[in-house]
Amino acid sequence: MLNKLTLSDARGKLQAGEITAVELTQAHLDYIKTLDDQIKAYITVTEEQALEMAAKADKRLQAGEKTPLLGIPMAIKDVLCTEGVQTTCASRLLEGFRPPYTGTAVQRLFDAGAVMLGKTNTDEFAMGSSTENSGFFTTHNPWNTNRVPGGSSGGSAAAVAAHMAMGGLGTDTGGSVRAPGAFCGIVALKPSYGLVSRYGLIAFASSLDSIGCFGRSVEDVADILQVMAGYDSKDSTSYHTDIPDYKARLQDGVKGLKIGLPREYFIEGVQPATEKAVRAAINHLASLGAEIVEVSLPHTEYALPTYYLVATAEASANLARYDGVRFGVRKSSGDGLWPMYKATRGQGFGAEVKRRIMLGTFVLSAGYYDAYYLKAQKVRTLIKDDFEKAFEAVDVIAAPTMPTTAFKIGEKSKDPLEMYLTDVFTLPSSLAGICGLSVPCGFDEDNLPIGLQILGPFMQETKILQVAAAYEYSTEWHHHEPALP
Amino acid sequence: MTEYEPVIGLEVHAELLTESKMFCGCPVVDSTSAPPNTAVCPVCLGMPGVLPVINQKAVEFAIMVGLALNCEIPEENQFARKSYFYPDLPKGYQISQYDLPLAVNGHVDIDLPDGSTKRIHVRRAHLEEDTGKSTHMSDGSSLIDLNRAGVPLLEIVSEPEIRSAEEAEAYARKLRSIMQYLGVNTGDMSKGVLRLEANVSVRPKGSAELRTRTEVKNLNSIRSLTRATDYEIERQSKVYDKGGQVLQQTMGWDENKQKTVPQRSKESAHDYRYFPEPDLPVLKISREWIEEIRAGMPELPDAKQKRFIEELGLSSYNASVLVADRPVAQYFEEAVSAGGDPTTVANWVIGEIFRLMNKDSLEREAINTIKIRPTQLVALIQLIENGTINNNVAKSVLEVMYESGAAPEQIVKDRNLALVSDTDQLREAVIAALNNHPKEVERYIAGEEKLIGFLIGQVMRSMGNKAPAHVVKEILAEELKSRA
Repeated sequence: MLNKLTLSDARGKLQAGEITAVELTQAHLDYIKTLDDQIKAYITVTEEQALEMAAKADKRLQAGEKTPLLGIPMAIKDVLCTEGVQTTCASRLLEGFRPPYTGTAVQRLFDAGAVMLGKTNTDEFAMGSSTENSGFFTTHNPWNTNRVPGGSSGGSAAAVAAHMAMGGLGTDTGGSVRAPGAFCGIVALKPSYGLVSRYGLIAFASSLDSIGCFGRSVEDVADILQVMAGYDSKDSTSYHTDIPDYKARLQDGVKGLKIGLPREYFIEGVQPATEKAVRAAINHLASLGAEIVEVSLPHTEYALPTYYLVATAEASANLARYDGVRFGVRKSSGDGLWPMYKATRGQGFGAEVKRRIMLGTFVLSAGYYDAYYLKAQKVRTLIKDDFEKAFEAVDVIAAPTMPTTAFKIGEKSKDPLEMYLTDVFTLPSSLAGICGLSVPCGFDEDNLPIGLQILGPFMQETKILQVAAAYEYSTEWHHHEPALP
Repeated sequence: MTEYEPVIGLEVHAELLTESKMFCGCPVVDSTSAPPNTAVCPVCLGMPGVLPVINQKAVEFAIMVGLALNCEIPEENQFARKSYFYPDLPKGYQISQYDLPLAVNGHVDIDLPDGSTKRIHVRRAHLEEDTGKSTHMSDGSSLIDLNRAGVPLLEIVSEPEIRSAEEAEAYARKLRSIMQYLGVNTGDMSKGVLRLEANVSVRPKGSAELRTRTEVKNLNSIRSLTRATDYEIERQSKVYDKGGQVLQQTMGWDENKQKTVPQRSKESAHDYRYFPEPDLPVLKISREWIEEIRAGMPELPDAKQKRFIEELGLSSYNASVLVADRPVAQYFEEAVSAGGDPTTVANWVIGEIFRLMNKDSLEREAINTIKIRPTQLVALIQLIENGTINNNVAKSVLEVMYESGAAPEQIVKDRNLALVSDTDQLREAVIAALNNHPKEVERYIAGEEKLIGFLIGQVMRSMGNKAPAHVVKEILAEELKSRA
């Protein structure tokens, strides 16, 4: 089956003319038809458009173009705007919404010849850690369909893990790319804040949102990042910097690099199998020549409350536009403006979204702003300082991506706080705006994947990719496959 | 009875005349005439996923105004989200500025009709985006036009140092004039590009307390500002006289009823939940940029007024009236450069032309739309100076010019208004008048010299007012002398 090729093999065959992009795309579409009833990764499969895009890619391939993503079928998280293609954020409120434009990062992928297979499931407005908060349905983990795929970008991660796409885009606000990457046993990268334009990313928390990517190898995510990264005049928070060759140091190994182990990330509550696998991975990196140094990120314990103050405050304003006036679903019985607002938002948003809007509205209220939002911003600076200080001593930081492997569907969905706690190892780096990735590093006793998180300094993606590649090239974990038809 | 002192602060909202909107590339159009919802894009429609980008020109314009108002321009300023729900606010929040505005601590000096000047301090001026426009239909539905949504708006807030409607008017005129001079706002209140809100309270004269204020809105002209403020001062004073309490509320000026009426408030107490706009980095304004902008600024009203007084010899009152509206100053300067005597031109503009415009309820700035061109005004003045017509005739010629736009020479010719300069004809008229009034002539000769006026009047009447009075007087004197 063509969809089971690795991305680099597929690229080789496309460029050699052994297969066409249309064949490759069709293989994925067929497989989605077979499998996605069980996985439920896609909200919308854009079959017709995918085949058109593939046909165009074939013309470019025939003309001799050899670019990394040309003709490669990919999954796009449904919080990224695609012109004329339903973009829902997995919210009932945006059912049927077709954006009039395509966001910058996705457009760059399209320009590079990537093929969009469809739009993938997510927690509603990317608010969640399991994809259970989708307004439509829950996505299932390809390794065990009774388990969550992680979230919020669970649809894209599951699609890539299950060979329903060769690569995928997700968004990471507090771990929403890395978490499902770890749970689904694939490579997941969250770039530094500002490296990839947010234009066209439907905002959850503007100062934290970043577009990340999934692949089945480190090289794959480097290829995807290469296309997306770079300044965009449409995003004022986009960072002016020269974009390096993200694959330049993949072969360089880790000899002489210093890898920091933050003591605050090896704590009670971490699943023993996870801790064991992560420690083994770190030992392995040491055996490859890296120097392991213990570091401290003392404000780690404040990351969770800080995150839920900052993110919800921003979300409460970002989600105010869903009022039923201009787009999306309007619920109105014709009895006036406020009843329309209340019905539209009351019926359109799910419970978690409402919870966060209320929390954010509260923390910004007169009299509470200083105590909550302002204080949280100050703590955020301390968290950022923690990382800066740590990176004076080490090149990268290694830790578990998630405290546990994928939990059962329904296991945590009744208790928001317990769900929030699953993100403790990804939130601090999101608040700091630095880059991070998750790379497969083992399995627990239930054959569920475990992710090793590698965090790097701001705009040092090359470094984390280098370390991850060194690990991947000398281990076998990424060759493991979920049992699929 | 208690004598009250008003305490007034003014909020001025001025749309900036940039080509594109505050945070997107959409053109700024005349929202009173452009087809609704045509100058819009995903950004100003608040579509999901869009991001704002600051319009540098708008910042430059705002800095110009800040400098003209003698404000400090902090090096760092920040945009903030102001949240509230309304259909003409697409994002559910307005990008505005809160604790780090663009300009702070300024002042303007206003000229008052009694010739004095007063300094009014400007607390702050901040940049924001305008909202769209709602039109409420009789069937209960509302129409939304988002052409205006996202247009750069500068809000200028005065300290509550204004003490009368007259001062409020002078302050508003001054601000409008400064922005017109800078070319950042047309000042056309009828199109809503300049909007005023007055915060009014009254207190016993001599007291330093600040009493409950009302916010007066819906002021569509400077005249409405003056009248509404006067009305509100009067209303509040009466409330206190009767032992009542003024309620903190928003009042709307009803132009037809010429009174302020309480507006239904949308929410009892707004909590706008301001927080820094995370989509925009802190805006840094370098000192170099400020100096560059300052160097490129045109002559402002104060400087022009000084020049009119010192170089053109105008009275300070005339000068202040002329500079108040940029179009008026331009009109005046054109007339002077066409050869008109500055003081004479000033008197005609401020006297007769303003009177004619006032009759038609035209704002002074509309002077560039009237039919009398500055060169024609100068031609009219020359007709007086060379004795072709007198002042009174000139006033009626001006009225015809105002209505028809015809040249004064043509009007004088067509209507045969020129003064009779033929002395033989005048002498004939004088002799006829003397012959018709022998008794008055006798009394004059007997020493009742004031009768000369009566006799001049008789001659003028017989000449249909077209006789030059000083010539008539001369001939009369000669003829009377010969009869003595």
